[in-house]
Amino acid sequence: MAGTGPGPGTVGPMGRVVVEVMPKPEILDPQGKAVAGALPRLGFGRFTGVRQGKRFELEVEGEVTAEVLEEAARAAEVLLSNPVIEDVVRVAPVEADAATTALAGGTA
Amino acid sequence: MGRVGVVTFPGSLDDGDAARAVRLAGGEPVRLWHGDADLKGVDAVVLPGGFSYGDYLRCGAIARFAPVMEPLVDAARGGLPVLGICNGFQVLCEAHLLPGALVRNDHRTFRCTDQRLRVEASTAWTSEYAAGEEVVIPLKNGEGGYLADEATLDRLEGEGLVALRYVVPEGGRNPNGSARDIAGITNAAGNVVGLMPHPEHAVEAGYGPDPRTGTAGTDGLRIFSSALRQLVA
Repeated sequence: MAGTGPGPGTVGPMGRVVVEVMPKPEILDPQGKAVAGALPRLGFGRFTGVRQGKRFELEVEGEVTAEVLEEAARAAEVLLSNPVIEDVVRVAPVEADAATTALAGGTA
Repeated sequence: MGRVGVVTFPGSLDDGDAARAVRLAGGEPVRLWHGDADLKGVDAVVLPGGFSYGDYLRCGAIARFAPVMEPLVDAARGGLPVLGICNGFQVLCEAHLLPGALVRNDHRTFRCTDQRLRVEASTAWTSEYAAGEEVVIPLKNGEGGYLADEATLDRLEGEGLVALRYVVPEGGRNPNGSARDIAGITNAAGNVVGLMPHPEHAVEAGYGPDPRTGTAGTDGLRIFSSALRQLVA
């Protein structure tokens, strides 16, 4: 198979797509409300509202191409979110550097 | 004798009680396994309560893709009586066999109570109740708030597809924040019904709702006998 991707036996770069899902604005978000209620009790008094959503990281072998993003967007609509109560607010590639930095930061 | 399939998913809790309710109503329960794309030729199917797949992602979201759901969705569209109880209701919504979704109770606490309901639609699963009859059936859920957009709610009410409603005392509120006090709905054909309360826990006197509710504690039995009677007819 001729192609520009990594050949068999080589470890190619791993791509990552982030998908973020939020409860629809008009839907009551009891989890966000619970967090909002806890913040002032811990001295975080300036936050007037909290909404809690979900973040997914989808891994693929190779680069995150337009095709990969398109498939991630479809997965987000079919499985990762329920369009009745949730909106997909972000489908985007995660930069490898950013991921590495975040990991390094997390283990420091 | 009508053969009624009861599906067991990983995390199903009330499959045993549902099978027992089928037997007490005069049917033959047939255990169906989530991993088998085989309905074993049953005449009706119950999706029981519980926490399938640990409620991961969303309640019912993973169960919807279990192998057993493939033949079930086709059969339901073809008219097979299908009842979704609690988690089963969530699975039916996620599978798009019923509209809307169930979300976390608006008061954020798990609610377990003997719940008064009004039966509003005659379906495959409610035909043995009188129109407007009030019954008491246990309710136990943390994510039982029924939601849909306004157009869908108007359509459900306009077409008589609200199967059961919570009876709410004057000035009170329903037990989980459900839109328009909806406890259960049906599809247009009336063969698919989903409800949050647990009729399988109200099938035998002494083991169901408290006598102080003014009922014999067996109000749930006719959910199952309704379907069985239809199979005989």
